[in-house]
Amino acid sequence: MRRFFLIATPYTWLLLLFLVPFAIVVKISLSDTALAIPPYVPKFSWDEGIGAYFSQLDFENFVFLTEDDLYWKAYLSSFKIATISTLLTLLVGYPIAYGMARSAPEWRPTLMMLVILPFWTSFLIRVYAWMGILSNEGYLNQLLLWTGVIDTPLTILNTNTAVYIGIVYTYLPFMILPIYSALERLDESLIEAAEDLGCSRLSAFWLVTIPLSKTGIIAGCFLVFIPALGEFVIPSLLGGSNSLMIGKVLWEEFFSNRDWPVASAVAVILLLILVIPIVLFQRNQQKEQEAEQ
Amino acid sequence: MNRTSWFNVVSLTLGFAFLYIPMIILIIFSFNESKLVTVWAGFSTKWYGELMQNEAFLNAAWVTIKVAVFSSTIATVLGTMAAYVMVRGGRFRGRTLFSGMIYAPLVMPEVITGLSLLLLFIGIGLDRGVLTIVLAHSTFSMCYVSVVVSSRLVTFDRSLEEAALDLGCSAPQAFRLVTLPIIAPAVISGWLLAFTLSLDDLVIASFTTGPSATTLPIKIFSAVRLGVSPEINALSTIMIAIVTIGVITTSLISKHKMVRQKREEQEAVRN
Repeated sequence: MRRFFLIATPYTWLLLLFLVPFAIVVKISLSDTALAIPPYVPKFSWDEGIGAYFSQLDFENFVFLTEDDLYWKAYLSSFKIATISTLLTLLVGYPIAYGMARSAPEWRPTLMMLVILPFWTSFLIRVYAWMGILSNEGYLNQLLLWTGVIDTPLTILNTNTAVYIGIVYTYLPFMILPIYSALERLDESLIEAAEDLGCSRLSAFWLVTIPLSKTGIIAGCFLVFIPALGEFVIPSLLGGSNSLMIGKVLWEEFFSNRDWPVASAVAVILLLILVIPIVLFQRNQQKEQEAEQ
Repeated sequence: MNRTSWFNVVSLTLGFAFLYIPMIILIIFSFNESKLVTVWAGFSTKWYGELMQNEAFLNAAWVTIKVAVFSSTIATVLGTMAAYVMVRGGRFRGRTLFSGMIYAPLVMPEVITGLSLLLLFIGIGLDRGVLTIVLAHSTFSMCYVSVVVSSRLVTFDRSLEEAALDLGCSAPQAFRLVTLPIIAPAVISGWLLAFTLSLDDLVIASFTTGPSATTLPIKIFSAVRLGVSPEINALSTIMIAIVTIGVITTSLISKHKMVRQKREEQEAVRN
């Protein structure tokens, strides 16, 4: 009885507040748009039965998504922005993780805390901080003009460049931590052995360090890529009208156009796209766990 | 061999500069006299004063704290239960679905979580406000709590619990007297994580709230959309200060505890 209660409470909670809502999204994505409150016409009714429901399904909203090029452009551009910023985060994060793993052991807890601290600070505030830096009269342009590097201010805010900077900045801890934990476990004598056997430092790094930190690199990349794909705050604060990202499109479809069925269809497709990286990520984590045992 | 080469020093310096300079600039300019945020016009704390006068921000802060306290407490109870079921529950029907439902919200884009919960609340005719945000936040935070707590449960020696049961404890007593004290640090950090996630959340709160309840992130977002403002800089500085003090204090406390525990263990071995 007690065991039943222990299992049933969180189980029911998740069923009601996670699975059922998601089923509603799928259902509404298959409904017709209407000018009413709520603004959709449900297609399913119990009197007609399930057979009639399936024969009526026309996937109209999904067809609409493929016809209007706004949507597939938004998916493509989200994919592109998420991929490029993941690679940039790796380029910025790897040297930091490497430096941390090679620092004196008594320094490591402090460095670790310095990486985690921004993660606890408000995401919104960290994105906002860049608005003042990147704007036309911003601190970066002031600095560059003052040092004479440029004559006219650079336009960075409201472009894709600003979105890349924002994603790299906010997700950097997610990249550093898994790579750091992989590098910290790495046995340094392996690198010394490679060097003794005639590898240059660079090729020892390339042939030993990188392959042995592979699981950390993969984990970090997915931890950045997956949330970046559905990102809303960064493109809407730092990006311009032409930095299309699907999270922003979904938000506008829902709040500005009040088109619930299309917003739901956008959500369903976004989730289908995310299934692939999520499954790959899970596999990578499993492999790492097996390797530890 | 010392591998702290110049390359590592440079990459660490540049890396941490990148992480911290934006926030330091934000803090410095919150003490700027001028309304023009990008021009320095002398030191002043007037924006902090104006912030304290701003009813809308104070109300939003109060709503946010209420939501965070309630949702993180619910999330901690449910998340700890879920972790216990996953690690100690053995086999039961629908276990795969259960673990799926715990991990899925961690990777679900916030826009989708928000949208689906909103459609649910409208579907069942629940008035949107503080209650609906609390429900939404509890749901996604409990998954984070359960991950944190189960990672502690996995590493802890089960024979301790079994010993308590053998010595005549009932199962709830064994949980209260043995399991809970051991996993307490994980439960507390789970609560803290849930609390910060709730404080920080903009997207899910925007979807699930109604006109009666505006949280601080929603308020900040709508103010910031129009551009940088000195009042928001002041507010951000206060929030950064609170988080920094909180994180440093908890890490010092846990370090202190660990040192004490180690000493006690060593003494126990010696005796």
